[in-house]
Amino acid sequence: MPAPIRLRELIRTIRTARTQAEEREMIQKECAAIRSSFREEDNTYRCRNVAKLLYMHMLGYPAHFGQLECLKLIASQKFTDKRIGYLGAMLLLDERQDVHLLMTNCIKNDLNHSTQYVQGLALCTLGCMGSSEMCRDLAGEVEKLLKTSNSYLRKKAALCAVHVIRKVPELMEMFLPATKNLLSEKNHGVLHTSVVLLTEMCERSPDMLLHFRKLVPQLVRILKNLIMSGYSPEHDVSGISDPFLQVRILRLLRILGRSDDDSSEAMNDILAQVATNTETSKNVGNAILYETVLTIMDIKSESGLRVLAINILGRFLLNNDKNIRYVALTSLLKTVQTDHNAVQRHRSTIVDCLKDLDVSIKRRAMELSFALVNGNNIRGMMKELLYFLDSCDPEFKADCASGVFLAAEKYAPSKRWHIDTIMRVLTTAGSYVRDDSVPNLIQLITNSVEMHAYTVQRLYKALLDDISQQPLVQVSSWCIGEYGDLLVSGQCEEEEPIQVTEDEVLDVLEGLLVSNLSTPVTRGYSLTAIMKLSTRFSSVNRIKKVVSIYGSICLQMYSYSLQVQSTHPPCFTGSIYTSSLFYRFNLHVLYYLVSLLFQANDLLDLLGGNDVVPVIQTTLPTKPASAGGELLDLLGDLSLSSRTSLSLFLSFSFSHSPVITIHATNTTEADMTEFVFQAAVPKTFQLQLLSPSSNIVPALNQGSVTQVIRVLNPQKQQLRMRVKLTYTHKGSPIQDLAEVNNFPPQSWQ
Amino acid sequence: MQFMLLFSRQGKLRLQKWYVPLSDKEKKKITRELVQTVLARKPKMCSFLEWRDLKVVYKRYASLYFCCAIENQDNELITLEIIHRYVELLDKYFGSVCELDIIFNFEKAYFILDEFLLGGEAQDTSKKNVLKAIEQADLLQECRREPPLTVCFLSAQLTTEKPL
Repeated sequence: MPAPIRLRELIRTIRTARTQAEEREMIQKECAAIRSSFREEDNTYRCRNVAKLLYMHMLGYPAHFGQLECLKLIASQKFTDKRIGYLGAMLLLDERQDVHLLMTNCIKNDLNHSTQYVQGLALCTLGCMGSSEMCRDLAGEVEKLLKTSNSYLRKKAALCAVHVIRKVPELMEMFLPATKNLLSEKNHGVLHTSVVLLTEMCERSPDMLLHFRKLVPQLVRILKNLIMSGYSPEHDVSGISDPFLQVRILRLLRILGRSDDDSSEAMNDILAQVATNTETSKNVGNAILYETVLTIMDIKSESGLRVLAINILGRFLLNNDKNIRYVALTSLLKTVQTDHNAVQRHRSTIVDCLKDLDVSIKRRAMELSFALVNGNNIRGMMKELLYFLDSCDPEFKADCASGVFLAAEKYAPSKRWHIDTIMRVLTTAGSYVRDDSVPNLIQLITNSVEMHAYTVQRLYKALLDDISQQPLVQVSSWCIGEYGDLLVSGQCEEEEPIQVTEDEVLDVLEGLLVSNLSTPVTRGYSLTAIMKLSTRFSSVNRIKKVVSIYGSICLQMYSYSLQVQSTHPPCFTGSIYTSSLFYRFNLHVLYYLVSLLFQANDLLDLLGGNDVVPVIQTTLPTKPASAGGELLDLLGDLSLSSRTSLSLFLSFSFSHSPVITIHATNTTEADMTEFVFQAAVPKTFQLQLLSPSSNIVPALNQGSVTQVIRVLNPQKQQLRMRVKLTYTHKGSPIQDLAEVNNFPPQSWQ
Repeated sequence: MQFMLLFSRQGKLRLQKWYVPLSDKEKKKITRELVQTVLARKPKMCSFLEWRDLKVVYKRYASLYFCCAIENQDNELITLEIIHRYVELLDKYFGSVCELDIIFNFEKAYFILDEFLLGGEAQDTSKKNVLKAIEQADLLQECRREPPLTVCFLSAQLTTEKPL
């Protein structure tokens, strides 16, 4: 039996393969040879074979049949075997498989081995992939080694203990006595790993944290020595003495000083010293400064120190090294809330970072810029941010647009500026604007009464240029529907009024209806707008014609909105829900207006009769605060018998007969409490009301009340229902009555 | 540190060290995705990126990418120094290390890494100590091994003959 091919030979051979298939063939051949070698229990070459297996595993081939062989290698007396065996265990075994537990005894023996390098292998393996069971069994051995005077083993034991504690936190107590003298060590390896161990314990247990607070003076001393001591060749990195240890000590100090005045004070001086004396020309110095800044910002430091920290970050922002700029922006983002004024001083540098080539830096600079916007700098900042919006990658546009809207809303210096800013966003990044911005923008425009003419004119002009950006089109359609009369009469004060006729406006709106670019929602908006113009324009016949052509679209949109309503849980406040609700609101208006233009019979024919699900508007005597407010004045002109607010929607959905579910939602700004739904049906029916989901209809569509109704209809007659709603709104008790007659057949058949 | 990956510019894995328990399937998926993400980065970009809920620190040395996934509270800049320290150790051990050294001697690359980091943290901050320990352990391999049945001399660079 020839000796198995050597590892390096195998690697060389495999690398000569020119195709994936060739490689696979070589691997399969070798695996077969290895397998038979394993079967023969060959001790001499087991090590070589497992090593080859590990190489093939790295290439992506299965190697599980080598797992037990690793265990045999670990149990061997030969150091070479153990080395490869433990490596194999760490690469091939994982704690989900029971076979790993077989290692436990071997590791236990090796932890007590006479050779420290064998002990080291065992500690390393346990500390890297030991499962909870293994850790429980072997914690005692680790603890013993933590107390040894052999620094080679002590440092490894400390990190192994960290792993044990992570896996089995209850064992933490057991390591406490061994930590007593850890910091008096001279050996940097032991010091470093001890600090890591102490950090882990303090982070996990408040008691440990309290206990170890007394170490602060000692830690401060060690850190001081590192900074003040002369050149130490063994630990020097670019002129700095043991930066790894410095960083770990700073991190432990952070945890110990957090929310403790005394500790924070005790470390104040050393932090200032590190912050001012550390060499900043290389990455290593900046790494220490970075950790220092994080510590200063997290503990109870005095304001002078905090300003020092922020200034370090400010200097980082000017560093040529983009990594340094990145961590600076990340840190500033964390501190901008608490140290706002200090961060403001670096605003221009931050804004410059918007032009950085790195995506992560740009994103952070954008977030930070928005955080820094206030009433004083809004004009300048917005200019930069709008410029950024124009030129940034698509992945940023949605967030940037939302940020601009929010900032504009909070700090707009004038209404005209506000409208102009919105226009700019809609025209340059209109397709990236979030759906939920549309209702918000409409609300905003509604409230800026004196700007209506200017707004509608600008939006109309934007529509003439481009109808592809849906949010822009939706807002524009809505505005034209509302203020079309202002547009046609040429009343604009802010700029030169344009001349446009009713027909031209209707052309544009109809164009939106037919365009392939328009989504169903957009079509809804434009159709609603056309409908509304029937009360403002004189070309009513043209409008009637449009509605009869597009009436079926109206129906589609209606059922679409109900589908959305029923598939999303009531308390879902995401953009789809709000826009669909607002959208439904548009349709209710549509419904109303259609009913005004046509007789009842025509209406049913138009809308296809059976599929219509009626919606009840309830009467509220008070003036509503929702976006629908202005619209209702429009309806008022038509002298309806009762003022409707369209603020409480009641809709019915039918999943299967005889179950009907009602959904009540509320667009006003106050909750409707003590909400009770009652229904009465003709004598031939039987009605059963199950418990409602709640009796509060939350404000602003933030949720709904649902209630299930069972209707038994033995005589299969057309269902009619009288509905009574009682609730309290803004302190006043309200009662509403309504009658519903056109339930679709599937609900009662 | 949760894991460290070394891979070539063609995306071939040269070393993988995992400090968190994951199935083979999950490791493969993570490796594939992360390698793709890092290789797609342009040279002008910084060495840090957010990936899933971790921070990834990577640096390219010649034809090899060294990639570490660290947790949110870890210091990215010092991680760069950790990576650099590991490269220095490899360099000292192999004498001007190149990718081929790591391909043909991958088990030694692991041994050196395991002598430098344990559980994802640095065990010793002294380059000298780590190299000394590796040297001693290598000698142990030499002493303990069975005499070879056939005599075979490897290149002069290696002072100890490895039965592998």
